[in-house]
Amino acid sequence: MSEFIEALLLQSGYNAALVGIGAALLGIAAGAGGTFMFLRKRALVSEAVAHATLPGIGIAFIVMVAFGGDGRSLFGLMLGSAVAAAIGLFIVEWIGRRTRLAEDTAIGAVLSVAFGIGVVILTVIQTMSSGRQAGLEDFLLGSTAGMLLQDAIIIGVGGALAVAVVFLLRRPMTLVAFDAEYAASSGTNVRLVDFAMMGLVMAVTVVGLKVVGLILIVALLIIPPVTARFWTERTDSVLWIAGAIGGASGYVGAAISASMPDAPTGPIIVLVSFALFAASLFFAPNRGVVAAAFRARRFQVRVHRRQGLLALARGEAIHDPFTIRVLRREGLIRPDRVATEPGRAQAAKALRDEKRWEIARGVYQDDSVSGRYDGLTPIETVLTQDEIAEIDRRIGPPVAVGGAA
Amino acid sequence: MGAEFVQLSLTPILIGTLAAIACALPGNFLILRRQALVGDAISHVVLPGIVVAFLLTGVIATWPMMLGAAGAAIVAVILIEAVRRLGRIEPGAAMGVIFTAMFAAGVLILEQSDTSSVHIDVEHALYGNLESLIWFAADGWQSLTDAAALADLPPELPRIAAVTALIVVLMIVFWRPLKLSTFDEGYAATLGIPVSVLGFGLVIVAAVAAVAAFDAVGSIIVIAMFICPPAAARMMTNRLERQVLWSVVFAAISAILGYVFAGYGPGWFGSDNAVSAAGMIATVSGVILALAALFGPHRSRIGAPREAAIKS
Repeated sequence: MSEFIEALLLQSGYNAALVGIGAALLGIAAGAGGTFMFLRKRALVSEAVAHATLPGIGIAFIVMVAFGGDGRSLFGLMLGSAVAAAIGLFIVEWIGRRTRLAEDTAIGAVLSVAFGIGVVILTVIQTMSSGRQAGLEDFLLGSTAGMLLQDAIIIGVGGALAVAVVFLLRRPMTLVAFDAEYAASSGTNVRLVDFAMMGLVMAVTVVGLKVVGLILIVALLIIPPVTARFWTERTDSVLWIAGAIGGASGYVGAAISASMPDAPTGPIIVLVSFALFAASLFFAPNRGVVAAAFRARRFQVRVHRRQGLLALARGEAIHDPFTIRVLRREGLIRPDRVATEPGRAQAAKALRDEKRWEIARGVYQDDSVSGRYDGLTPIETVLTQDEIAEIDRRIGPPVAVGGAA
Repeated sequence: MGAEFVQLSLTPILIGTLAAIACALPGNFLILRRQALVGDAISHVVLPGIVVAFLLTGVIATWPMMLGAAGAAIVAVILIEAVRRLGRIEPGAAMGVIFTAMFAAGVLILEQSDTSSVHIDVEHALYGNLESLIWFAADGWQSLTDAAALADLPPELPRIAAVTALIVVLMIVFWRPLKLSTFDEGYAATLGIPVSVLGFGLVIVAAVAAVAAFDAVGSIIVIAMFICPPAAARMMTNRLERQVLWSVVFAAISAILGYVFAGYGPGWFGSDNAVSAAGMIATVSGVILALAALFGPHRSRIGAPREAAIKS
């Protein structure tokens, strides 16, 4: 545990600290960048982009070796993966635009074929005479163990640049993600903004290759925005919350991974963000499962209370046990199911409201009044005092309910 | 094409072809139902399934692993559905959340547990080991009639053959309701077809195909075969019957050509080392899809945007 605290406080070595900061920046950029894709309902396009990087990595390695280089320069490999990702993205768009295939088919085709090509190239590299252990498989799942200082700097700078792009372009991107047609009509160049969004996703993927790996980077682009959506209904808040969740996942995940043996960074970061997702799914206010269950229960009580009161007013017997429980708890009926004093008063009020509604629906045949009748909405919230007085005049004086009549 | 071919290449080619067909058949319906990425999701969650099965039983045996993988696939389908409904999240994003998290959990368990003594790793799960499924006992074509040699066939072959046969039978039996509910779910429902049960069944069949194929050939082929042959077939015809037949043909061509290119292709360039057969099969299926997308008679959408119509 103390090792974990040390890692959290950036005390477990210069490299681990750099990885932690890099992962946090990457997480922020991925969460915020992924938000635009999520709101545009194209979350899985990044899956194709991520898998398309594999052949790029392999070809970049071969090219660098052919020119006498080391072949493992992270910058060169990132450049190659970026080119391949762009080609993959272009093919997804082309298939979607020019053929009858749906976008999900295009995504699946590109990711599987690109991955296949990548694996073929990797096997070619394994047999290359250079004999060096390329270690390119590390890019599948990420590997921060033994990361060079310059690699960590590249990741940190790349993550910071991506965050800066999100910050600068947040307005047009939010606009396009939320309502592309409105954005176009108000003069935004939707194609250009879309292009920038994709560029951002590509940048996050490429920067994340070393830390998270290409199979799991898509999780960092999807899970934080989905999680953020539970906490707010506002687009710009989703953006910042997703960035915060992504950043926290990256930072905490890197710290856990640094303080545990055999804990690969990528999967840990993904699982941390998934834990945040699961917590939000259940406990978020308003959209969370617990809150929704609570709301449903309250609604159920209101319905049973209302129906029970109406039954009391009409002198009908109540059989439903839940209704009886609700009325008993509020002291509206006695154990022998006879209405108490407050129960009779409220029953009379409920019945009168029902009659008022009946007349109101006859008088006001527009949706703004009649459309709001659901048997629960108090009529006072829809009509003014004067209007209710007029309706009461038509009904006549109040009639007592129960034995007193 | 003699004894060496029968011993080294015949069984991998047969297994690859059968696995490709087993995946391509349900793939036809998945791409029409906009569920093409179900195959991708299933093949990600297979890894945690086999890892957990291994940890529970402690042995690398086929049946526990296949059960584990199938169980994981079913758990994933249920979780995706639960997240989609409970969280009111669009299906694509719900899928992305679940399969990546399950895959990450699988990798972590694998790294944390002591599996160094046995051959189970992520790369193997991805690439499969098609090349190693050789038929030791064979010494030529005559071995096909030799009972002793036949008994030594790699067990993957009868297994994948049985699964493929099962899928073919299921498809023939459920052809009409499946076709109806794929194209017009509302109409199918009015005829009394249980469309949601049928949809769930399709995903389960896809999972069975994926798990059986995965055991033999790795997850790359599985994802590629779910999508590429049916997608290419979709651009060849407007009739579902013919589309399915085309997809079977494309799947078989991909598997055979891919294996041949991987095994013998490098030799044509003067290299002794074969490349990954799984990767090459996926590559060939991509080339077929590209050709179909460029030249297929039914490649464009009916009523496609005018811009496209003028250019083509």
